[in-house]
Amino acid sequence: MRLDLILRVATKLILPFMLLFAVYVQLHGDYGAGGGFQAGAIAGAGIILYALVFGLAAARRIVPPALVETLVPLGVFIYAAVGVAGWLTGGNYLEYNHLAHDPVHGQEWGVFLVELGVFITVSATMVAIFYAFTGRGRSR
Amino acid sequence: MREHLPALQVVLPLFGALIAALVRGPVAAWLVTAIVSVASLVISVVLLRQVIGGEVISYHLGGWDPSIGIEYRVDIVSALILVLVSAVAAVVAPFARLSVAAEIPEDKVAWFYTMYLISLAGLLGIAITGDAFNAFVFLEVSSLSSYALIAMGTNRRALVAAYQYLIVGTIGAGFYVIGVGLIYMMTGTLNLTLMAERIADIELSRPILAALAFIVVGISLKLALFPLHVWLPNAYAYAPSVATVFLAATATKVAIYLFARYVFSVFGRSFVFADLPLTETLLTFSIAAIFGAGTVAVFQSNLKRMFAYSSVAQVGYITLGISLATLSGVTGALVHVLNHALIKGAIFMALGSAVFRIGKCSFEDIAGIGRKMPLTSAALVLAGLSLIGLPGTAGFISKWYLVVASLELGWWWLAALIVMSTLITLAYVARVVEAAYFREPSKALADVTEAPAEMLIPTWILAGATVYFGIDTQLTAGLAERAALVLMGGIQ
Repeated sequence: MRLDLILRVATKLILPFMLLFAVYVQLHGDYGAGGGFQAGAIAGAGIILYALVFGLAAARRIVPPALVETLVPLGVFIYAAVGVAGWLTGGNYLEYNHLAHDPVHGQEWGVFLVELGVFITVSATMVAIFYAFTGRGRSR
Repeated sequence: MREHLPALQVVLPLFGALIAALVRGPVAAWLVTAIVSVASLVISVVLLRQVIGGEVISYHLGGWDPSIGIEYRVDIVSALILVLVSAVAAVVAPFARLSVAAEIPEDKVAWFYTMYLISLAGLLGIAITGDAFNAFVFLEVSSLSSYALIAMGTNRRALVAAYQYLIVGTIGAGFYVIGVGLIYMMTGTLNLTLMAERIADIELSRPILAALAFIVVGISLKLALFPLHVWLPNAYAYAPSVATVFLAATATKVAIYLFARYVFSVFGRSFVFADLPLTETLLTFSIAAIFGAGTVAVFQSNLKRMFAYSSVAQVGYITLGISLATLSGVTGALVHVLNHALIKGAIFMALGSAVFRIGKCSFEDIAGIGRKMPLTSAALVLAGLSLIGLPGTAGFISKWYLVVASLELGWWWLAALIVMSTLITLAYVARVVEAAYFREPSKALADVTEAPAEMLIPTWILAGATVYFGIDTQLTAGLAERAALVLMGGIQ
């Protein structure tokens, strides 16, 4: 019998709530403390917790390194592309005023999309750093 | 589209980096790098043409007013640096393909180009931004990516060199941001222009003095001013050849730009140089750099390391010009920023070609290289002559301005020191000539042939430029003089 039963059960129990909390922090960033960076850190920590308890191989099956390496630049890409959308809609770079029918909604959309990019890059970067450290000395 | 060029100047390399990271193919990543580098050069030249008459382009990021948002501000000084950085990148790009393929493992090549382009975006960002904190962010963007670039060197010592640079660079950036924080506390703004306006009344308050100290020391670490240069020789010596060429030609130059911006435009010349003894301090360290680092360079056994020490010495000439705080002094400093970038670019490219063919570049390895790789060696010697300051080469123009500047102040001893220091440069360049031309090629060099045209042409573009700009000084010295005028007059 494995000795880490409690850890495994507790992790399975806690993991969905962690990821849900990440989504909450992400979306609630407009109104309170939170935002893409914090949410990304929480989501990344969730995957790292899974890898710590169930092993690196199991984590890599769910979140393959190739996916992580694509997500890191993809998040920044979203951020930068929102900036370009700003000037395509007639404003300056990173100007969100014209992204929706009025400036307030435009700002909301702009920040929402930018924070999404931050979330993707931060969570993927945390996992990438974890993979890089734990993968040292092992063959892929 | 034309009004968005300032943003595009930084955003384009950033996008290039992301695309290089997403495509992951070595050739595709190189192609993206080459296209982006050339496009950046076009953008910067267009920007320079717009501001050459003394106009200033102000671009409000996100549409926010400069008092609360980030402003990109292009004047002739920043445009000059933008052209320099992107021109070096455009010349390095064709050179890079073979050199990177030879030195970097295939699965890391795309990451190398990603880091290279991020570094380019960061350096361009420092030059273009008019916001103190944004400059800090770009400083970190360019530094972090250059740590990664250096760590990719083939020798394992590259890791230690990168780590050393990381520690020192982080301290430098930390000092800089402490200084910016203090100024923000006193002036309530992060915009350099507004800072300059508000600082005049509170110059001698303690936080502003502390801010000046932190910023001067912080940026001095980044530009490798003499006693703070320890990170540089190893970083340049063990980095992959392409990274050495690019960083040696641009990174310290952009830090020098930021330094000049702060002491002349933000704090003001009369405050920094008349009320405070920065002339004496900076001059002492500059002369120590020229003689100290120059002498150390003479005794190096690795050519890359030797020319890295030489870079520390050459930075000394630039800070010497800045410390004089006269029009000819600053012109000399700016013109040497341009000339030294071309010279060191050519030298490190020639060494990169030698490494590509031979694999190493200590004096024993390159003995007799003049017979095996005549064109590469000739470019190396030509750039070396320019480094000495032979009349008719670009290096002579820089030294001429510096000598004239010291004579204008009546400091004949300084002029004598500058002329004397040429002998040290002569000593280490002569060692290269001796090893390359007067020694028999070793057996290891038996089947070495001339570098491929792809590497030879960029090397000769830069080597040729060091001669061209020694004869036709309209473009370099003319522009540098205008830029110095703008810089000395403060940000309009």
